[in-house]
Amino acid sequence: MNGIADMGGMHGFGPVDRSDDAGPFHHEWERRILGITFSALGAGLFNVDEIRRVTEAVDPITYLKSVYYERWLYSTEALLREKGVISAKELADGRSATPAPNTAPPVTQDIARVILEQGGTSRIADGVPARFRPGDAVIARNINPHGHTRLPRYVRGKHGTVVVDHGIFALPDTNAAGLGPHSQHVYGVRFSARELWGPQAPARDTLQIDLFDDYLDPAAQRAT
Amino acid sequence: MAEHDHTEPPSEPALRVKALESLLVEKAIIDPDVVGAFADYYEHRVGPRNGAKVVARAWIDQAYKQRLLANGTAAIAELSFGGLQGEEMVVVENTPTVHNVVTCTLCSCYPWPTLGLPPTWYKSPAYRSRIVIEPRSVLAEFGLEVSDDVEVRVYDSNAEIRYLVLPMRPAGTDGWSEDKLAELVTRDSMIGTAVPRAPA
Repeated sequence: MNGIADMGGMHGFGPVDRSDDAGPFHHEWERRILGITFSALGAGLFNVDEIRRVTEAVDPITYLKSVYYERWLYSTEALLREKGVISAKELADGRSATPAPNTAPPVTQDIARVILEQGGTSRIADGVPARFRPGDAVIARNINPHGHTRLPRYVRGKHGTVVVDHGIFALPDTNAAGLGPHSQHVYGVRFSARELWGPQAPARDTLQIDLFDDYLDPAAQRAT
Repeated sequence: MAEHDHTEPPSEPALRVKALESLLVEKAIIDPDVVGAFADYYEHRVGPRNGAKVVARAWIDQAYKQRLLANGTAAIAELSFGGLQGEEMVVVENTPTVHNVVTCTLCSCYPWPTLGLPPTWYKSPAYRSRIVIEPRSVLAEFGLEVSDDVEVRVYDSNAEIRYLVLPMRPAGTDGWSEDKLAELVTRDSMIGTAVPRAPA
């Protein structure tokens, strides 16, 4: 969506504040919400793309005013409500009003270790043809979906070059909406800084971003 | 910064997390002991020292470096590092003509097994918004000036690939052991907002 989270290229946020660098957690509740979210992910209650979809969709003022782990809190609350696992009333009352839904048993210590040490990838080995190859000139599509996408606004309509084919992965746009993985090739695509930002950008500088097949159209080869 | 300031009432997020956790425990959806294990892992079991060992190995062993650049995940796994948010690693090499820097403009994607959880600044709107459009200005704030004849290449980690910068080995370190070299490798040099420490 064209929301506040898609902030690449925005002006006005000021200098980067590096004063807070003592560690990832300031409060115990931040540790807990990380663990709650990972437990829910591990139990298959939702996926990472859905987390991002919901996090992005909060109103911009709440997004910017929240400290980082508050975003985890409201997105986990919202997703669990969306999935019917909890209700707003139960959250407000602090107690369950209904029997637990038919979910998997809680993530155990052993399963937690597997999640942490092995992770998970949506990569599949083959079975999907690639539309592009390294060296191809491409244009990022000008799509503006209301739902989740990983094609940021600053790249749309811009000309780039495919540098590498990373392989086949689940498309977040559909995976976040319960529409399945629509697995497809993801390419590292390089753009010149001037193509993205105009003639004032340094001549040599570039940006590389990972774009799904559905985000790209072929372009005629440019002379330069 | 006190974690448990007992003169203040619990904050609103603290109350909401408590309510959420007790509700999910009551519904037998989560185990509270396991909840704590996740944060514990990221505070005590992984961190930038992992990535520093990878970099030091690549500085010493040219064959390892080639494997690292060809398949980051597999080469990093040779040092027994890997897992969540490190399943698809690509290592990008700084050279005399290219300086790499990594971001996730859309959220906070970061290579956890090699660098731990990201610092607050990496997740901040100021970094996410500005590093793609004015990287040299951001790098200058970090104290890093990049010459005009060097390309600054920004990587936006918007899909599943996670990037680790392989910084250039500092001069004056000939014959150094891997351990001693690893001490020069800072977290920020593996994000690209700094270069490694110089030998004292």
